[in-house]
Amino acid sequence: MSTFPVAKIRADFPILKEKIANQPLVYLDNAATCQKPQAVIDSMSHLYSHDYANVHRGVHTLSVRATERYNGAREKVKNFINAASSKEIIFVKGTTEAINLIAQTFGRVNIKAGDEILISAMEHHSNIVPWQLLCKANGALLKVAPINLQGELIVAEFERLISAKTKLIAVAHMSNALGTINPVTEIIALAKAHRIAVLLDGAQAAPHMPVDVQALDCDFYAFSGHKLYAPSGIGVLYGKQARLEAMPPYQGGGDMISKVTFAATEYSGLPYKFEAGTPNIAAVVGLGAAIDYLTALGMDNIAAYEAQLLRYATQKAQAIDGLKIIGEANNKGAILSFIIAKIHPHDIGTLLDSLGVAIRAGHHCAMPVMDFFAVPATARASFAIYNTQAEIDVLIKGIEQLIEVFDV
Amino acid sequence: MFDAIRDLYQEVIFDHNRNPRNFRVLANPDRTVEGFNPLCGDRLTLFLKLHNNTIIDASFQGSGCAISTASVSLMTEVIKGKTANEAEQLFQQFHAMTTSKEADSDLAAIGKLAVLAGVREYPARVKCATLAWHTLDAALKNKRQSISTE
Repeated sequence: MSTFPVAKIRADFPILKEKIANQPLVYLDNAATCQKPQAVIDSMSHLYSHDYANVHRGVHTLSVRATERYNGAREKVKNFINAASSKEIIFVKGTTEAINLIAQTFGRVNIKAGDEILISAMEHHSNIVPWQLLCKANGALLKVAPINLQGELIVAEFERLISAKTKLIAVAHMSNALGTINPVTEIIALAKAHRIAVLLDGAQAAPHMPVDVQALDCDFYAFSGHKLYAPSGIGVLYGKQARLEAMPPYQGGGDMISKVTFAATEYSGLPYKFEAGTPNIAAVVGLGAAIDYLTALGMDNIAAYEAQLLRYATQKAQAIDGLKIIGEANNKGAILSFIIAKIHPHDIGTLLDSLGVAIRAGHHCAMPVMDFFAVPATARASFAIYNTQAEIDVLIKGIEQLIEVFDV
Repeated sequence: MFDAIRDLYQEVIFDHNRNPRNFRVLANPDRTVEGFNPLCGDRLTLFLKLHNNTIIDASFQGSGCAISTASVSLMTEVIKGKTANEAEQLFQQFHAMTTSKEADSDLAAIGKLAVLAGVREYPARVKCATLAWHTLDAALKNKRQSISTE
């Protein structure tokens, strides 16, 4: 592990040279969004400077170049998650749009009044509200599998909630509020036994661990570019080809058609059927560059390094009097959510910011999780490839100092 | 410690956070309004007792950050004995102080509330300081049972 090249990685991220409040930036808000390496910034700048035109359109040189770079990125995404075909890679705005796409296409066709959708109690709002909207429109029911006090899914309860009416299971691969990595292999096996489609929200998992959608055998997998060191405004929906082919289009427009007359329209094949309109070309290219960067480091190495950071931070945090960690799953990604007795997370966030330390304070778009733990909010430090033990020391010292200054 | 941010977190703020004033339920209040900041989960209930359009007692319950707790604690102190119009004027002054960079001249008029002036340098925290006052505004106008900053 000592060979993980964190010093070199840090040099690749220009923003890490920023000073915040005259202190070196300690960026620990990676579960919200990750910073971008120079290679990603350069890839987009190079596209705009040398290769930019619309894709899938003209016969002119620039359009051909832009299209090659755009399609090349799709191939990189396919390899990154080991999809069977690049036709199974749909570019969307982000995880949120991917989930809404499933709700509005797969959901509207396959989920009828009285049918059930099963999620977990630790979902992000983006894996709750699209299903509530669908249920309101079609009379289906949203079932929620409970979690325990460690923040782990109670699999036996989850299994009990599966019924003949369950048409879709949608769960986070990794929780953004708690860090919990869900037992997705077990969940998918249960779903297969009942012939239920499975959607994994991979927004937190995909940037931090190897993902193999064929080994997982999930029907759908969604993740965002901006949490994966790529630009915001781009994300990926993976879907098994047979599933995607059976689904109606999401939005209508250019690129998603093969023939349009006023009498009838024929749709394009995959993946274009789900990509109406000019896409976010530069962001797709940036995503491809981010995937190259991560692949060179190795997702296994990244997961191991971040696990080491989490272990270190957890040990240090546990030693602080009055600090309580929210989310203590056995299988956990590098997210440390915590509360401190009588000190509101927003005060923690503002005071740490004055030391140059960026953390998240709030409900993390997971209000039901906050309700379950009976807290209005938590403070959350989340780690990434460029973080170090020295930065965790700055965080911990800051927490100790603010407890002292609050004197509660 | 935290020298860079003492303009916001002054000792008075910590004091009111530790020992909030008028932190109780008011018996037979004339106005009860709940204020909520969905961004951070701050939630407070403001109770007012009025007589001839004058606030004769004020108290609150709820939980929030140090800024919002200190702000509502200080507010309940200063509005007692004020008429509704005077309280509304204070709200306008407080709002100007926390959102405008050019309100320094009014700091004298606003008395001990001036301790919260530092919040104007922290846009993410302005709503923590103003939640109490928006709740008061709703209570005095007697329009709603609950208000939200969003």
